[in-house]
Amino acid sequence: MIVETGAFALILALTLSVLQAVIATAGRLRRSPVLAGAANGAAIATAGVVAVAFGALIFAFVVSDFSVANVAANSHTDKPMLYKVAAAWGSHEGSLLLWCLVMTGFGAALARAHNLPFGLKTSAVATQGLLGALFLAFTVFTSNPFTRLNPAPFQGESLNPLLQDPALAFHPPLLYCGYVGFSVCFSLAVAALIEGRANASFWPAWGRWVRPWALASWAFLTVGIMLGSFWAYYELGWGGWWFWDPVENASFMPWLAGAALLHSAVVTERRGALAGWTTFLALLAFTFSMLGAFLVRSGVLTSVHAFAVDPERGMMLLAILGGTAGLAFALFAWRAPQLKGGGMFAPVSREGALVINNLFLTAAAATVLLGTLYPLILEAASGATISVGPPYFALTFVPLMAVALLILPAGPLLAWKRGDLKGATQRLAVAAALTVVMALVAYAVFDPRKALSAAGIGLGAWLILGALAETAERVRLFRAPLAETLRRMRGLPLGAWGMTLAHAGLGVFVLGAVVETGYRIEAACPLAVGQSVQAGKWTVTLDDVRVVEGPNYLAEQGRLSVSVDGGRTREVTAERRFFPAGGQTTTEVGLDFRALDDVYVVLGERAQSPDGAHAWNVRVWWNPWARLIYLGPLIMALGGVLSLLDRRLRLAVGARKAA
Amino acid sequence: MSWLPKSPKARRRLWIFVAVAPVLALAVGLSLYAMRDSVTFFFSPSEATAEKAPPGRVVRLGGLVEMGSVQRGADGQVAFVVTDNVAATRVVYRGDLPDLFREGQGIVAQGAFLPDRSFRATQVLAKHDETYMPREVADRLKAKGEWRPEAGGSGS
Repeated sequence: MIVETGAFALILALTLSVLQAVIATAGRLRRSPVLAGAANGAAIATAGVVAVAFGALIFAFVVSDFSVANVAANSHTDKPMLYKVAAAWGSHEGSLLLWCLVMTGFGAALARAHNLPFGLKTSAVATQGLLGALFLAFTVFTSNPFTRLNPAPFQGESLNPLLQDPALAFHPPLLYCGYVGFSVCFSLAVAALIEGRANASFWPAWGRWVRPWALASWAFLTVGIMLGSFWAYYELGWGGWWFWDPVENASFMPWLAGAALLHSAVVTERRGALAGWTTFLALLAFTFSMLGAFLVRSGVLTSVHAFAVDPERGMMLLAILGGTAGLAFALFAWRAPQLKGGGMFAPVSREGALVINNLFLTAAAATVLLGTLYPLILEAASGATISVGPPYFALTFVPLMAVALLILPAGPLLAWKRGDLKGATQRLAVAAALTVVMALVAYAVFDPRKALSAAGIGLGAWLILGALAETAERVRLFRAPLAETLRRMRGLPLGAWGMTLAHAGLGVFVLGAVVETGYRIEAACPLAVGQSVQAGKWTVTLDDVRVVEGPNYLAEQGRLSVSVDGGRTREVTAERRFFPAGGQTTTEVGLDFRALDDVYVVLGERAQSPDGAHAWNVRVWWNPWARLIYLGPLIMALGGVLSLLDRRLRLAVGARKAA
Repeated sequence: MSWLPKSPKARRRLWIFVAVAPVLALAVGLSLYAMRDSVTFFFSPSEATAEKAPPGRVVRLGGLVEMGSVQRGADGQVAFVVTDNVAATRVVYRGDLPDLFREGQGIVAQGAFLPDRSFRATQVLAKHDETYMPREVADRLKAKGEWRPEAGGSGS
């Protein structure tokens, strides 16, 4: 009964979504507040009804109702409760329903936003309704999660064990809040292009309206990608955290476009300039989100983590992507030349710095896009099958970003309209000197000596110090009496703290990524019980291997001790789990957190040691400073949240929900 | 600065061009340069002729792991035969095989051919799904009429 309710709610949501689009359009054309109000009501009702459908799906998973095809394919009675619930969004159908839930939820928040002008809001609600209707229709007609099975099997096929992991249970909801949150920016951009106001006061206001949505989505996406990467790090057992896999790139491209959007929206808000460019980025961010959905769900690219492959669904998604993005960009091409450019600015100014930031971010996104799609293009053109490996991204994305990050700390120190480059350089002199010292120290201290990695460490330090220098400048640290500094600190808007945190967090991430990539040490060796292997300064000894039984798996559990000269010896457990329900084996990594470093231990297959005894292939990585790779994005997201809480934005649209 | 255009609008356009051009040039240049070395071609055993995949060049080799061909050496080295049912290639690999590696399964190995036309793999890929077959492998098998879904078709 509850499952039927869910199926019905899903269809009702589709109908409501269509109504929302139609009524809002009619309301806009007739300038009728009554119709517009009805459309807003429809938007809120849609979100409620999709929530009911989603609840029904979770219920079906919780009670293991195997008469539902999706539950039978992805659940099992033996599975722990958290993963029964999380399995609701572990499959293609369920995750699509989650996508719809987030999209209609954001749509409802948009409908409740108060201080948007009538025309802009109604057009945006209509666009959001249309987007919702498209994705709901896709769910209902091609990927209905409530499809019944007859006869119902006694037992389900279980969720892929690799996905039975806390990080992956929370990764999709956060990721989707980011991905789909950009749909509101998309709708607001389309609405702005339709309304096409030429007066100068429109664009600063529009910048203020769109920025909270962009900030919230970007912060969600940051944490979502970070969790996904953390999952890949400790669940796949490959020792790495980013593989430039098409699916990873699919989530990274909207992030880059979103970061560019955040920055260019500031220029539009403050100075009314770059209106066309900001609109373009708002369209681009969600287009990248849809492209990601297409790449992940169509199976056109070989990836380590994609959903089950179905070309037909892929074609439908491609049609949705092509239709919406095509129409939106056509609208842009038609209207953009009529947009009135706002205030003028000198090349050396805050605006100029933000333009440079946008330039690099979009160029970097373009190289990632090319690397991701090139195999598809080449296969279509010549039939040759290729793959583009990590070296491509290391050679394109990394240098571009390195240059951008080098310039970054100067930006916030430049004034609007016309900046003082000499002044900014002077104010950064201390930070620059410290940076050089740190890079030299890193070169001398880290073993082996690597000039590029030392330079990378310098770059990370430069970002952190630059962000601190900017705040110190604002509060006149050491140059004014302490009381004055404290007074200024209290007076600083939250947005300024947010920016400092986000930039410093980026620096923290760069430090972690550079040190981990440059100085990690890997060792692999077949070990019998009692033998040990050396990875850098760490000695890992295999103490004991036994068979243990989990709730839905059998495992070979190895206990290993990690010891180091002058440090405590610690135990880690690493497992190889066998899941009878799906016939799959997975690896549980043993992680020893040592301050900022990880000692990462993988228990491999059983092998024979040279003298014929039982041995296990043990692989050990020493990943120095790996903790910072995850700490950095968290700090960045926190910076985004702080900016969202800023009074200046809170007075504006929708921040209530988005925060 | 008399050579600068007079109107502020044209001046701004010039500045934007001055900023955009080098970044774009850098991005395009880097991409083209990186594409030369980072692109790996995919072959099935029957396609991987000596002139297409010369010894030492990094390529991907995909096919089915032949039944009964997996030999595990004492030193952690694994040898197996990858076949597309037309030709077969012996693959040697040192390291952990993916959890889903088994005989009869479709896999992709990255590495290079040795002069004796056996293949030294640096990486062996299988996917997170027990019914998975790498798409390239499935396509090639279909094209050759060797497609047997029960041997591990796509999981839809």
